[in-house]
Amino acid sequence: MGKVINIQPITRIEGHAKVAIHLDDAGNVADTKVHVQALRGFEKFCEGRPVEEMPRTVCHICGICPWAHHLASSKAGDACFGVTPPPAAVKLRRLMQSIAYVSDKILHFYFLAAPDFVIGPDADYSVRNVVGIVQAAPDIARQVVKMRHLGAQILESFAGRAIHPTLSLPGGVSKPMTEAERQQMLPLAQELLEFSKFSMQFAKDNVFPKYLDAIKNIGVIEVGYLGTVTADGALDFYDGKLRLMKPDGSYDDFTYEQYTDYIGEWVEPWSYQKFPYAKQWGQLNLDLDNPTGVYRTNCLARINVADKMATPLAQKELEEFRAAFGRPAHFTLLYHYARLIELLQAAEHAVELLEDPEITSKDIRAELTPKAGRGIGCVEAPRGTLIHDYTCDENGLITKVNLIVGTTHNNAAINLSVNQAAKLCIKEGKYDQGALNKVEMAIRAYDP
Amino acid sequence: MAVNVASEWLNACSGCEISILNTGEALLDLLAQLNFVHIPALVDSKYFGPLGDGTSLQIPEAVVGIVSGGVRNSEHKHVLEEMRKKVKVLIALGSCAAYGGVPAQANMWKPEEVFEKVFRGCVTTNPSPNPEDPNVPPWTPTCQALDEVTKVDITIPGCPPHPDWIADAVMALLAGKTEWKLPERSVCDTCPVIREKKSGGGPIKRMLANAEFNPEEGIDKMRCLNEQGIFCMGPVTLAGCNGKSGVPRCIQARTPCRGCFGPIRKGAKPMVDMMGALTSVGLDPKTLVDRRAIMNRYIGGHGYLTVIPARPAR
Ligand code: SF4
Ligand code: SF4
Ligand code: SF4
Repeated sequence: MGKVINIQPITRIEGHAKVAIHLDDAGNVADTKVHVQALRGFEKFCEGRPVEEMPRTVCHICGICPWAHHLASSKAGDACFGVTPPPAAVKLRRLMQSIAYVSDKILHFYFLAAPDFVIGPDADYSVRNVVGIVQAAPDIARQVVKMRHLGAQILESFAGRAIHPTLSLPGGVSKPMTEAERQQMLPLAQELLEFSKFSMQFAKDNVFPKYLDAIKNIGVIEVGYLGTVTADGALDFYDGKLRLMKPDGSYDDFTYEQYTDYIGEWVEPWSYQKFPYAKQWGQLNLDLDNPTGVYRTNCLARINVADKMATPLAQKELEEFRAAFGRPAHFTLLYHYARLIELLQAAEHAVELLEDPEITSKDIRAELTPKAGRGIGCVEAPRGTLIHDYTCDENGLITKVNLIVGTTHNNAAINLSVNQAAKLCIKEGKYDQGALNKVEMAIRAYDP
Repeated sequence: MAVNVASEWLNACSGCEISILNTGEALLDLLAQLNFVHIPALVDSKYFGPLGDGTSLQIPEAVVGIVSGGVRNSEHKHVLEEMRKKVKVLIALGSCAAYGGVPAQANMWKPEEVFEKVFRGCVTTNPSPNPEDPNVPPWTPTCQALDEVTKVDITIPGCPPHPDWIADAVMALLAGKTEWKLPERSVCDTCPVIREKKSGGGPIKRMLANAEFNPEEGIDKMRCLNEQGIFCMGPVTLAGCNGKSGVPRCIQARTPCRGCFGPIRKGAKPMVDMMGALTSVGLDPKTLVDRRAIMNRYIGGHGYLTVIPARPAR
């Protein structure tokens, strides 16, 4: 066996991982592995905790998408206690989730992904980053920072904590929104919507055309997709049924309670991260030429499984996207495009919610009585379908937890994409920084 | 002249870094004074060089090193030690780095028990042996705060820390200071609620129902949560989550404090002090559900949370 190229740490992603590219004697790629090196053990240390404390504990799984964990956990808690939160509570949860989505997508597009596209994948690493962006496009950078701050301000002024929130609890939320707050927030949300529209246009005019080639070079893998849709098939970030689509576009819809019939998790000795797979499609196989059981999540997956978007501007963009790339669209780098379509839906949804006077209702929490039970709560986290499955005893203390987080679903697909990108970019022992960065770009697309 | 900064995250969630990004436009001015030579979240600097052929893990030299997250595996330890060697001033950023943080709740179990659950005890997981590979660093016996492993110069606590304090500490360093510390005050000291030094008694309430308050009125018109009988860690928690002004963050959401900024001073016994605080308003600490874990939620390093020999069956 020839040498091993270690790309570590994988940068401009959130989290700890390394790529090992094993070359054969001729210098061609023999094997690749993405090693996820971190494990914290939430499934264990949540045991014994009161269910109502879970939403403000499990959010610490991820500082980028704490709201997703916070809400999936609240929903699992709703189900454990057997209550339905009042409509205004659901609207407030949705509002917070939408604003957090907007902030997250702006961050990823401009600060983590854009350096590859605006500065260029082959540029020296010292400029291929957010500082490079600030120098190359200072006005946009200032605007991005301002918009992210705006999002954080909306969340903080209402919910106190924007990162690792406490607002949502089983049964609803901890406080109602006043009419004065609604009127303050509406124009801010409208400002976020304007910026989202600008971002979409900016990307279509200046970014996507230039990287259409890169889209093809970094690869296409034909695997399945998982996401959440409403009863009539529209994409929904907060609630609905799960839809698992096969590579050919056919799909199964199922309820949260049925998830164990469709999803299993494989463990490989070389990664702490598990490998979820579609159980009904046979065993998980990570062979690039013939992958089985593999599906993807996150924005491209959602855009593929949804029949339509839930808001008008996003729907218009989806139609344009589908006309160009079909359904399902398989090119990995299309994640970036899909992300911006979702940005629009999230911003439109936030405005919609704030225009609805019912959001200020004072009826925001169902009262809870501890009882034994099981509750499964799902939401679409920015990175994919989030599944929180809790069992509790008669005192409402957790006895068992199963968690499948957004990024984990993509573990198998990321390994495939890295393998593919490495094979495309490294040949006969020849490679440079740019080539290795392109391998990382295959990972960054998933925003793991 | 910009100062060189190296940054790392260990057993972390990235919330500390996001908190920095939430600083707003002041961020851009601050960034102009810093030169990040290594920060995996944002810059492509690699341990084994840009071509991945180095033989030992390297972090570039810098004046300031910022580390979030505690130490949970051999690689975290290695990276932290390398960082210590390469920087003049080491900052522990956030409560995971300062106290072990939320993941240090795992210290209530032996590592084997955690692995048993994760790889052989979850409903969707194919029961499998623990991952074992040179590229998968083994766990350390416990989840530790950084200062249990190496010397830390400055601690900025909070989960996440407030960006005001991050900026404040960095500015102090830029001005040539080598020390920085939050003032020793409690969250209650910065909380505007109405206090009458007594509660209605009865068992301590869980958050099964909301606090009582009039939403049209400010926080200053709400009764203290402990005095409403709802467990709140404010009395024994270091103030600062609200930045330089404003209402403590959880109280802003009309929810109780859970102690994310950690104890008011080093070596404090927050559990003992908190029981005293509950007793002083007429509440019985014994009625608090899940007492040990809830009172040590963010500070499980430093031996605050340990394996209980035999867990009582509930
Ligand atoms: S201190 Fe809090 S925000 Fe920072 S890494 Fe730890 S859990 Fe995340
Ligand atoms: S106990 Fe809680 S609510 Fe009461 S003053 Fe302290 S922080 Fe505020
Ligand atoms: S109120 Fe307590 S738990 Fe909440 S943010 Fe402040 S210090 Fe942290």
